[in-house]
Amino acid sequence: MLRFIVRRLLWAIPTLFIVTFVVYCALRLATNPLASYARANPRIAKQPEKMAQYIEENGLWPGITGYIRGYFLWLRGFLTGNWQVSIKGSRPVWPNLKDALINTLRLGIMASIVGISIGLALGIFAALKPGRLRDTAVNTGALIGFSIQPFISAVLLQLFFAVQWAKWFGEPLLPTSGMYPPGHTGFDPVLMLKYMILPVIVVSIQTVAAYSRYMRASLLDVLNSDYLRTARSKGISERRVLVKHALRNAMVPIVTLAALDVGAIVGGLIISEAIFEYPGMGMFFLTAESNGDFPELMPWMVIVTSSVILFNLLADLAYAWLDPRIRLD
Amino acid sequence: MRDAISDPIELPDPQSDASIGVLKQSMSPKKMALKRFVNHRAALLSTIVLVMIIIFVAAAPITTRYGVNETIFPASDGPNQNLAPFNLAWFGTDGNGRDLYSRIIYGAQISMLIGLFTAIGSVLLGTLVGGLAGYKGGWLDDILMRVTDIFLALPLLVVLVIVRGMLKNVSWVSTIMGDPNSVRFLVILLTIIGWMGVARLIRGQVKQLKEREFVEAARALGATSKRIMFRHLLPNSVGQIMVALTFAVVGAIAAEATLSFFGYGPDAGSGMTSLGLLIRDSKRAVPPGYWWLVVFPGVFFIILSLCINFIGDGLRDAVDPKMQQDLK
Repeated sequence: MLRFIVRRLLWAIPTLFIVTFVVYCALRLATNPLASYARANPRIAKQPEKMAQYIEENGLWPGITGYIRGYFLWLRGFLTGNWQVSIKGSRPVWPNLKDALINTLRLGIMASIVGISIGLALGIFAALKPGRLRDTAVNTGALIGFSIQPFISAVLLQLFFAVQWAKWFGEPLLPTSGMYPPGHTGFDPVLMLKYMILPVIVVSIQTVAAYSRYMRASLLDVLNSDYLRTARSKGISERRVLVKHALRNAMVPIVTLAALDVGAIVGGLIISEAIFEYPGMGMFFLTAESNGDFPELMPWMVIVTSSVILFNLLADLAYAWLDPRIRLD
Repeated sequence: MRDAISDPIELPDPQSDASIGVLKQSMSPKKMALKRFVNHRAALLSTIVLVMIIIFVAAAPITTRYGVNETIFPASDGPNQNLAPFNLAWFGTDGNGRDLYSRIIYGAQISMLIGLFTAIGSVLLGTLVGGLAGYKGGWLDDILMRVTDIFLALPLLVVLVIVRGMLKNVSWVSTIMGDPNSVRFLVILLTIIGWMGVARLIRGQVKQLKEREFVEAARALGATSKRIMFRHLLPNSVGQIMVALTFAVVGAIAAEATLSFFGYGPDAGSGMTSLGLLIRDSKRAVPPGYWWLVVFPGVFFIILSLCINFIGDGLRDAVDPKMQQDLK
């Protein structure tokens, strides 16, 4: 087991370097940081020596060798904590990025807990009586959930709970944007929860749909297996069969999938965040992208990709640990 | 298998002579798949609804009431903007006084074309790469899996936006792909991302098939790799390819809508529209409470993707090799 972990960890490190290099090249091409800088500082753009200085300081040399040299310059700065300042407003990047990360994790973890637990419950409910009405209902419901894109459910919910509700009952039931009312300072968990209800619903719809199907398929697989028949035939109660044997085994693939999904949370809530103007990683990305702000996007991408790679690794480890049939070498 | 209950398969009646010997009429795999598909009631119903939508959308100038960029009546005859549904405009009018009902049909035309072309491109490319990787294995397979692993794990919108930015800034690309806001650019962009999911699906299918006895038999008879691929593996993967195609269509339509929603979609300059652009406009209609601008495009979009999802689900059940083994 230890050898397996060490080997996978050792593999993750070069992967991370290759991925960040590819991301570096892609982002430099996509955002064209020099042009963005000239756009943000029109006065400096007229002075070639100042522009040349900016190129030298930030490693924005052209050509393939320029990209490679620029990457190593960026990497050294990133690892030693000397991050490049943002193009728009020349601010340090980390404080805003940190806040965005915390806000997204707050929303993402809440939505995952709600979505996955409801999804699993529905999946178990359906798998216990396959082919019956409840099974059909859960399956159909899951497909409907898949078909409701987050941007559609978000605007429909906003319309219903805020605008129409206010028309019918005088005031909106739920707030539709931001994390706190404008001008609010300090930490207020109740108020924050109220602001998170709609985004959480929007994010959970697809999670519920996905996990109810995963769970149903996984549990049905286990319920039809030989070892479950053995468990039944030795005379233990159906409840014990289900809880001790079936559910535990059915959870193995689900845990792996959940680990992958949690890794994707960090960058994956862009749509809901943008519609609800929730100040998370998604909003950070969209703003930085529209400014062509390379120094802001690069750490963002590093955090998102390393989260994906890290949780991929965790998923593999969890699978190997939970399922003794998997050979580690 | 208990799972089979959800998909009733006619067993021979024990009283009839069919059960004594062989079945009277043996069914080809294609017929069996068709039968299973027809038995999937939701899929059958969705097919009917989708065909109706396609006919309706394809016959656009006949089925619409106004042009895509035409106001229901000139502004000089009175205010024509943001009117709630009434007899002149069944779904109400938008901020420019245009008929939403007609615009949804025109928008669906563009969205469905984007979906179809992207899906065809993705499936061709994905089947080629996935099939080769699955059949040959080795380094090609390794690279494919590593690259798609990372691309599929990253948020789709981020990948689309960054790849779009890259393509926009490389000068020779624009001669092939055209303006970044054109439909052609969008289709190629979505294909560049879309083939990966298909490739993984087909790779899995080919990997499974090439270990089967009939492929071994063909190889023992001296068939070349080319013959095995085109005469044995490809025909046996048609079902999976169809499933991939269906889900690729719905994926592309959703991706177009997502991009449009964030302002990266096709250019609406000439009054052209797509479902994504209509849904983007609906965001602005929320605060003033123009509910028709939000509800109609949204619900139409949900119905469209629901139909395609159900068809894909029905197809998958129909061609699922697990089910075929149950039949034996």
